[in-house]
Amino acid sequence: MALLDIRGLKTHFITDAGVLQAVDGVDISINRGETLCVVGESGCGKTVTAMSILKLIAMPPGRIVAGEIVFEGRDLVPLTSNQLDDIRAKEIGFIFQEPMTSLNPVLTIGEQIAESLRRHEAVTKKQALERTIEMLKLVQIPNAEGRVHHYPHQFSGGMRQRVMIAMALACRPKLVIADEPTTALDVTIQAQILDLLQDMKERFGMAVMLITHAMGVVAETAQRVVVMYAGKVVEEAPVDELFGNPGHPYTQGLIRSIPRIDLDAQHKTRLETIAGSVPILINPTPGCRFAPRCRHAMSICAEKEPRLREIAPGHRMACHLGDAS
Amino acid sequence: MSQYILRRLMIAIPSLLGISLVLFVVLALAPGDPFGDLATNPNVPPEVQAALRAKFGLDDPIYLRYLHWLSAMAHGDWGFSFVSRVDVDTLILQRLPTTLYVIGSAQLLALLVAIPVGVFAATRPYSIFDQLANTFAFIGFSLPTFFTGILFILVFSVKLDWLPFVYSEVPGTGIPWLLEMIRQAIMPVMVLGLFQAASLTRFVRSAMLDVIRLDYVTTARAKGLGQTKVIVKHVMRNAMIPVVTLIALQMPAVFGGAIVTEQIFRIPGIGSLLISSILANDTPVVMAVTFVFACLVVLFNLIADVLYGWLDPRISFR
Repeated sequence: MALLDIRGLKTHFITDAGVLQAVDGVDISINRGETLCVVGESGCGKTVTAMSILKLIAMPPGRIVAGEIVFEGRDLVPLTSNQLDDIRAKEIGFIFQEPMTSLNPVLTIGEQIAESLRRHEAVTKKQALERTIEMLKLVQIPNAEGRVHHYPHQFSGGMRQRVMIAMALACRPKLVIADEPTTALDVTIQAQILDLLQDMKERFGMAVMLITHAMGVVAETAQRVVVMYAGKVVEEAPVDELFGNPGHPYTQGLIRSIPRIDLDAQHKTRLETIAGSVPILINPTPGCRFAPRCRHAMSICAEKEPRLREIAPGHRMACHLGDAS
Repeated sequence: MSQYILRRLMIAIPSLLGISLVLFVVLALAPGDPFGDLATNPNVPPEVQAALRAKFGLDDPIYLRYLHWLSAMAHGDWGFSFVSRVDVDTLILQRLPTTLYVIGSAQLLALLVAIPVGVFAATRPYSIFDQLANTFAFIGFSLPTFFTGILFILVFSVKLDWLPFVYSEVPGTGIPWLLEMIRQAIMPVMVLGLFQAASLTRFVRSAMLDVIRLDYVTTARAKGLGQTKVIVKHVMRNAMIPVVTLIALQMPAVFGGAIVTEQIFRIPGIGSLLISSILANDTPVVMAVTFVFACLVVLFNLIADVLYGWLDPRISFR
């Protein structure tokens, strides 16, 4: 049984302009100890999907209108925020995108890590501090005993993201959701943070749901990949299969848009892009949502919405291309 | 920290000197002086008038008079009230406790109303409670205290006869004295306090709303801390930084506003002292009271800065 199984999730936002269907029928499952990457452009519903799991989206205006989020056999959707509090941080940890703004500026990092331990585990203040220092050492913050009493503004971006990781992992959750954890960092720090995440995952044996828009990150870290576009899953495959045999035109476009140092130098080719941008999901048109940007668009694409179908073992995609039926 | 406060106090000296100079010049330009009555009094011969004016240096050039006042102040001599026939500092010290009692209670009431209402409204934006709170706050700070004060007197003193509308010296001691002190302070404290509470509520609410949608609040929620703890420890702790600063900076304005309220309810405080001495041309008292207000402005600015640095670890005193 999968650790987390999201089925038919629909998260909508009520706005003045109409109902924004940010996530519109998403199925994602994660097994124990697995790293799953969720990729897609900005605004395609990755973050909203992740935030919906622990109901961290603003409600209202957000609302989960349909679907199940089954974690260890228990559906989280009907739970109240109070009931979810026992699962937050304890069972499912969360690492956010912006280390600069995701830490409370007026509390020391030690207080912020320890408060999660004190909430979920029967520890004294002293034990919580010791565990906090231990976590800071694990995420390789030098001089952890001294740094634990420092405020977030005394840390660099990369160090703050290490603090965030320590915070998310303090209670040893079974699943960690990392929402673009490296986007706000510069490239060398990105690699360090990804290594650290990988290291922690192996140490604690947790599952990781890594949300990113960088295909390079996907190739390095993922075991399985889910590609999202405009609030829907368009393709899902093991990482080798996805890069070796991408089925959906959107996935193909994403892969082609990775800069390749070996080709560019010889052929001076321009980096490929996918023309256009993600549609605004208020009253979306019927049919395939990617069709207006798709180079293979056919007449059926505008009429009928493609369903996810298996094209190889473990490889599913939602596209009319090559669909016999 | 103590070094910072010391340096700020040193910087305050030139500004207080400047303020006192401006006050002095403006008062000197105003028509009338403490001996204005003498000129119209036929019983005082002109020679005596001239001798008195010369004795008190009233006809000296303005810079000499200012220096005279300044050196007296520096020696702790605040001057003499010609109207009340007592030293100015004694007069001010007599009046100050009443003002502090009324203003302090009003400010306390404002905080006790504004913080819970503002915080609660911000956690449920656009709910019925929030809209009611906003409406009352809007009405509250749209109505000036001289209007609500008279309205209160009309309703609670004249019509219902529950509360006295003139603040007076209360004879006696013990519990009855205390009860009477509270009873006569109710109306002025309500008028001043609710007016303050109205604008403060809106400020608290918007400060809370600014913080509540920040990333670190989501981080706190993701830790499963529970709504109350998230609001108190993470949102309020941050939202109160600008609120505390605003309260400290507003204190001089509160004293200024109290002048009107004191006048309406005849409270024998420092504000009504200022008004009556202006009307009586009692220059030394006017000068001293306005100077005390100026010192309060400088002092509360310093308090605001110190509090700000104490509440926000990102700010260091240098």
